Amino acid sequence: MSAVLIVAEHDGQTLHTGVARVASCGLAIGADRLDVAVLGRDCGDVAQQAAQIEGVSRVLCLDRGENANPLAAVQAPQIAALAGIGYSHVLGPSTTFGKDLMPRVAALLGVPQVSDIMSVEGERRFKRPIYAGNAVLTVEAPAEHIVVGTARLASWPAAAEGGEAAIEEAQTDAELPDHTSWLELKSAESERPDLQSASVVVSGGRALGSSENFSLLYDLADRLGAAVGASRAAVDAGYVSNDMQVGQTGKIIAPDLYFAIGISGAIQHLTGIKDAGVIVAINKDPEAPIFEIADIGLVGDLFAIVPEIQAAVEGS
Amino acid sequence: MRKILVTLKRVVDYNVRVRVKPDGSGVAVEGLKMSVNPFDEIALEEALRMRERGEAGEILAVTIGGDECQQQLRTGLAMGADRALLVKCEGEVEPLAAAGILLEVIRREEPDIVIMGKQAIDDDCNQTGQMLATLWGRPQATFASEVKLNGDTARVTREVDAGLETLEVRLPAVITTDLRLNEPRYIKLPDIMKARRKPLETLEADDMGLTAPPALKALAYEPPEQRQKGVVVEDVPALMGMLRERGFLN
Ligand SMILES: Cc1cc2nc3c(=O)[nH]c(=O)nc-3n(C[C@H](O)[C@H](O)[C@H](O)COP(=O)(O)OP(=O)(O)OC[C@H]3O[C@@H](n4cnc5c(N)ncnc54)[C@H](O)[C@@H]3O)c2cc1C
Ligand SMILES: Nc1ncnc2c1ncn2[C@@H]1O[C@H](COP(=O)(O)O)[C@@H](O)[C@H]1O
Repeated sequence: MSAVLIVAEHDGQTLHTGVARVASCGLAIGADRLDVAVLGRDCGDVAQQAAQIEGVSRVLCLDRGENANPLAAVQAPQIAALAGIGYSHVLGPSTTFGKDLMPRVAALLGVPQVSDIMSVEGERRFKRPIYAGNAVLTVEAPAEHIVVGTARLASWPAAAEGGEAAIEEAQTDAELPDHTSWLELKSAESERPDLQSASVVVSGGRALGSSENFSLLYDLADRLGAAVGASRAAVDAGYVSNDMQVGQTGKIIAPDLYFAIGISGAIQHLTGIKDAGVIVAINKDPEAPIFEIADIGLVGDLFAIVPEIQAAVEGS
Repeated sequence: MRKILVTLKRVVDYNVRVRVKPDGSGVAVEGLKMSVNPFDEIALEEALRMRERGEAGEILAVTIGGDECQQQLRTGLAMGADRALLVKCEGEVEPLAAAGILLEVIRREEPDIVIMGKQAIDDDCNQTGQMLATLWGRPQATFASEVKLNGDTARVTREVDAGLETLEVRLPAVITTDLRLNEPRYIKLPDIMKARRKPLETLEADDMGLTAPPALKALAYEPPEQRQKGVVVEDVPALMGMLRERGFLN
């Protein structure tokens, strides 16, 4: 008998698409009860969206001023308090939000955390990647303790919509610290699809050479309705912003179609794309490691090839 | 003057590709090149820069592990840490246990700032800093790409999925590093000589009453599913053809 509590990630208006994926992980555990906790201020819309996820039993709303911005130190005591009322598992997404928050919840509950759950082998048995995905470890969480974990989003399909869970106000008497203040969030404005949920992603590497040259990829992406990603080298060189990084220390993604353009294929990058449907690699070096895993490779100069693809897409 | 504690974990060098042992009992690490976890080098570099700007005094580097970890502590001393502490402990130390040991070290040393890597590149847990901050009852600023100190607060810019977030935390606090916080310095030969004379203290985790077997039981290790190597096409029309065949681009 398991009861799973999922911590919702959201921006105040919109539920993160990953929450429906975490729900799939929760359902795989065999939850008899799958509740979603929404911490925020005036977050009724978010609660509504969570209630529509198929399989969710209840949405618990913790609506209070302190929850206006997501601060791990403030959220963790509330979630730990909720977890104490009959849950066997507490899950969050393996995003920067979940990675920041869930270990705090685990430490408050005095239990270890299972990071990046990629499959469920039993109520307390999970597979997770280690060594940048070079090995997969099966771990078992101790009996009689709450299991705290994060779900590796690329490993889980989004649970369907169409649920009609009840929404309830919840309260805890957890003491909240005031040692942390939220100041601001700077997001690069983009009309393009979100990198983590896009079905097509066009990524560029160091070979692009400048932020101006990245416009080649933006144009192609816009034609394809794709999101744009990047290697760490491209982010480090300042060609694009950090939120576009794909890989071990960036975003782990699983689009249907992935273009790696001028990217060598370092293991840390490959970790981020190995669940992609079809990988297309364009690189002038026929020995580049990216070709070892690409479904379709094309050897040549990206500055000639990308415009040609663009023209072909426009012509079709 | 602010005192800074930096944690250094000994891990397989990031350039080395590890393999799972054929019997699935673990990952073969014997004889592989070992290094300081790259995020921890960044943590130490940040502490050194604070000291160089006159914002910090003593820098203590701490490692939990076996005797072989002295090597990584010597690297830390050569980079510029003032003192090193090895908390001796055999076998795997999982994040919650490491956090418990570090809390004990904090009680003895009373640092103003603890800087750690966001993630160890062997277990890829990304937990220890957050757990330590929690046990300590102090704030955390994870995935830092910029840290500015001002009196008894730190203003930290964090790399989050949506972009860059800025928090202000009251010290003492735990900060964990992301890759773009800084670029660690190279060690010069004279620094290695100097490091030999710096103090490297050892404590036994057993004596602190802080050893426990890992709570998460490792049952099996396996290699990841390999993607099949695909085809190399001659030109763009061939690429477009294949994409269409597979239902893309209509
Ligand atoms: C702890 C740690 C974590 C890391 N995390 C990540 C991560 O999350 N994501 C990530 O991406 N990296 C990560 N890295 C970095 C990673 O190791 C590589 O350095 C990085 O991925 C390389 O980026 P790149 O492929 O763009 O650059 P390079 O390796 O320099 O490759 C550029 C490629 O472009 C090709 N090329 C050059 N010119 C052209 C042209 N005109 N046309 C076509 N091809 C051309 C070259 O042949 C080459 O293969 C991490 C590293 C560490 C140490
Ligand atoms: N055994 C250890 N010795 C020193 N530091 C550690 C140890 N384990 C974890 N850490 C620190 O905690 C960070 C995060 O580790 P992890 O939670 O395992 O991903 C690392 O980057 C180190 O700074």
